[in-house]
Amino acid sequence: MPAPIRLRELIRTIRTARTQAEEREMIQKECAAIRSSFREEDNTYRCRNVAKLLYMHMLGYPAHFGQLECLKLIASQKFTDKRIGYLGAMLLLDERQDVHLLMTNCIKNDLNHSTQFVQGLALCTLGCMGSSEMCRDLAGEVEKLLKTSNSYLRKKAALCAVHVIRKVPELMEMFLPATKNLLNEKNHGVLHTSVVLLTEMCERSPDMLAHFRKNEKLVPQLVRILKNLIMSGYSPEHDVSGISDPFLQVRILRLLRILGRNDDDSSEAMNDILAQVATNTETSKNVGNAILYETVLTIMDIKSESGLRVLAINILGRFLLNNDKNIRYVALTSLLKTVQTDHNAVQRHRSTIVDCLKDLDVSIKRRAMELSFALVNGNNIRGMMKELLYFLDSCEPEFKADCASGIFLAAEKYAPSKRWHIDTIMRVLTTAGSYVRDDAVPNLIQLITNSVEMHAYTVQRLYKAILGDYSQQPLVQVAAWCIGEYGDLLVSGQCEEEEPIQVTEDEVLDILESVLISNMSTSVTRGYALTAIMKLSTRFTCTVNRIKKVVSIYGSSIDVELQQRAVEYNALFKKYDHMAPTAAPTPASVPQISQAPFLLDGLSSQPLFNDITTGIPSITAYSKNGLKIEFTFERSNTNPSVTVITIQASNSTELDMTDFVFQAAVPKTFQLQLLSPSSSIVPAFNTGTITQVIKVLNPQKQQLRMRIKLTYNHKGSAMQDLAEVNNFPPQSWQ
Amino acid sequence: MFRNFKIIYRRYAGLYFCICVDVSDNNLAYLEAIHNFVEVLNEYFHNVCELDLVFNFYKVYTVVDEMFLAGEIRETSQTKVLKQLLMLQSLE
Repeated sequence: MPAPIRLRELIRTIRTARTQAEEREMIQKECAAIRSSFREEDNTYRCRNVAKLLYMHMLGYPAHFGQLECLKLIASQKFTDKRIGYLGAMLLLDERQDVHLLMTNCIKNDLNHSTQFVQGLALCTLGCMGSSEMCRDLAGEVEKLLKTSNSYLRKKAALCAVHVIRKVPELMEMFLPATKNLLNEKNHGVLHTSVVLLTEMCERSPDMLAHFRKNEKLVPQLVRILKNLIMSGYSPEHDVSGISDPFLQVRILRLLRILGRNDDDSSEAMNDILAQVATNTETSKNVGNAILYETVLTIMDIKSESGLRVLAINILGRFLLNNDKNIRYVALTSLLKTVQTDHNAVQRHRSTIVDCLKDLDVSIKRRAMELSFALVNGNNIRGMMKELLYFLDSCEPEFKADCASGIFLAAEKYAPSKRWHIDTIMRVLTTAGSYVRDDAVPNLIQLITNSVEMHAYTVQRLYKAILGDYSQQPLVQVAAWCIGEYGDLLVSGQCEEEEPIQVTEDEVLDILESVLISNMSTSVTRGYALTAIMKLSTRFTCTVNRIKKVVSIYGSSIDVELQQRAVEYNALFKKYDHMAPTAAPTPASVPQISQAPFLLDGLSSQPLFNDITTGIPSITAYSKNGLKIEFTFERSNTNPSVTVITIQASNSTELDMTDFVFQAAVPKTFQLQLLSPSSSIVPAFNTGTITQVIKVLNPQKQQLRMRIKLTYNHKGSAMQDLAEVNNFPPQSWQ
Repeated sequence: MFRNFKIIYRRYAGLYFCICVDVSDNNLAYLEAIHNFVEVLNEYFHNVCELDLVFNFYKVYTVVDEMFLAGEIRETSQTKVLKQLLMLQSLE
């Protein structure tokens, strides 16, 4: 069998392949050759073959048949073989293959080998892919190596120990004695790895952490090392752009952070050194910034004094002005984390953060936006809102929804005046209307309802807004609702806050009709518009016929929702035409018929039909000796033969009436249900009332009559009275 | 962000060197680590280019093993690493 081709040849040939298919062909040919060579158990070329296999594996082709070969290579005595064998093991094997356990013995032997490089290789492999079983078996060896005098091996052993601890946390105890001397190293490499080992131990186990804090006096040692690093002069070996061993500095800072968390003593010991690092480090290069960043993170985490925290936040503020995008990104992320705790300090950098909103980079913009929302408060709301609205205009669509909701929340919390609030919301609706979340519309409607004095202004502005453009659904929905409610204010042309515009009823109906017809309106919007038109029938005086015509058109609409509404409204028109002027419902009590999710704020959910009957007049059922009882009526929507009577008892004498009991009886064809009263004392001088609810079932719709009996204590004596109530209004029982 | 880690990368001409680290680690420090690593590669291969990396991938792995182990930075001094690498090379 001819000698297999060298690695370089293979690589070169594969790279000349011009198509995927060609490459695959070459690889398959070579794989076949390699496999037959493996079968022949050829020792001399095994190394070469496995190297080629590894290359193919890196390209992405399956190479699992080489695993056993790697093991054989590891067992060989030649260094090159071992090298490739271990590399193959690290690349091809992992915990999931069963074969890896076979390696354990080999590694054990190699860990005791005479050559440090072989030992190093073994440690490397173990540290890379050792499974928990392997780690358990070999931990003892690793620990022994941790104590050797060879610094090259100590480094590797320390990191190997880190891996062991990660896989098998119970073995942490084993490494404890070895760590005692670790920090006395001069060798930076060993120092570095020992710090890593200590960090890992402290992170994993709180017991270790406590142990290190108290017994080992770790913090002073670390502080000393750090000081030496900064103070000492130029050290060519570990220098990076003028700063001595930044990696070690960063690591030590990280360990200090873990030690100082939630611990006052340690934090105090660290304060000086942290301040020193923060002020002395050069910031012109990335290296310096890396150290400063780690310092800031540490200061934030431990219980540092406030001066130090302010220093940290100032450093972050300086980062924000840096040209390097990475640094700005990092600063914004950390500021976001600290804004909860150190709010005032971060406020100082508000203008810089707001400037970041105009950055070109998307992730910076997002973080700046989140941070800006966190910084909004009562004092800066106006300025911030201006910036945020400008941002909303110009930002990418993926931000608009979040930005809009953020603006709404901020406006709700800190709005300086109602008018400003409404203005802001309208501005959001017009600029980013289609991205606003669904629940914004009912919230806005509620807000408008609550600000009574702004109704005229609001409806005018909304009208003007949709005159030009009615494609933004939330805006149109809100506008339609407002016009429906406050249309009369619109046409009457009164508005205090702004120039009133002259609008006729026809114009208003025009706009609502075009919303209905437009293709851009969703069915929800059309529903709003139709209901608005309907409401206007009670507010407008001259165009009622037009309204009726529009509504009846939609009685045959394809959209079921619209059709249902139109039909019901039509029926309403027909039935109550004669009552329309008197029964004009007050604005706040006009409910919606449908079960649309945007059922409006606190409005009663009575169906429209019975709305007319909320005008049932109340009667005085009894008035004697200073006690007055009034009945008010409601008809139930679910059952037309039920009348709900609410009695109110008031007392105009100078003394309270106590132990007040109200009883009622009705003729046999009725059924009565008496609910519990609000109290049993009627206070004097009409200062309060007792309320009680009576439900009367009247299936035969007969004239309602009731006999009532009252018992109470007044002026020290018990009183009792019987009376008949006959003056029930016809609407209460018909 | 990538699953529950983050990727830090640095671009050198046509090559991207990427490191995958925990979310809580210091981004800027690892940027420096990448740069350190590239400088060592440069010294070792004498003005390294992409082909060098492709043809000598196992040597690249050796450099990685010298500088990083068990997911942490092992040796930061370039001179030391280079000395080790030369010794290892003499054994092969």
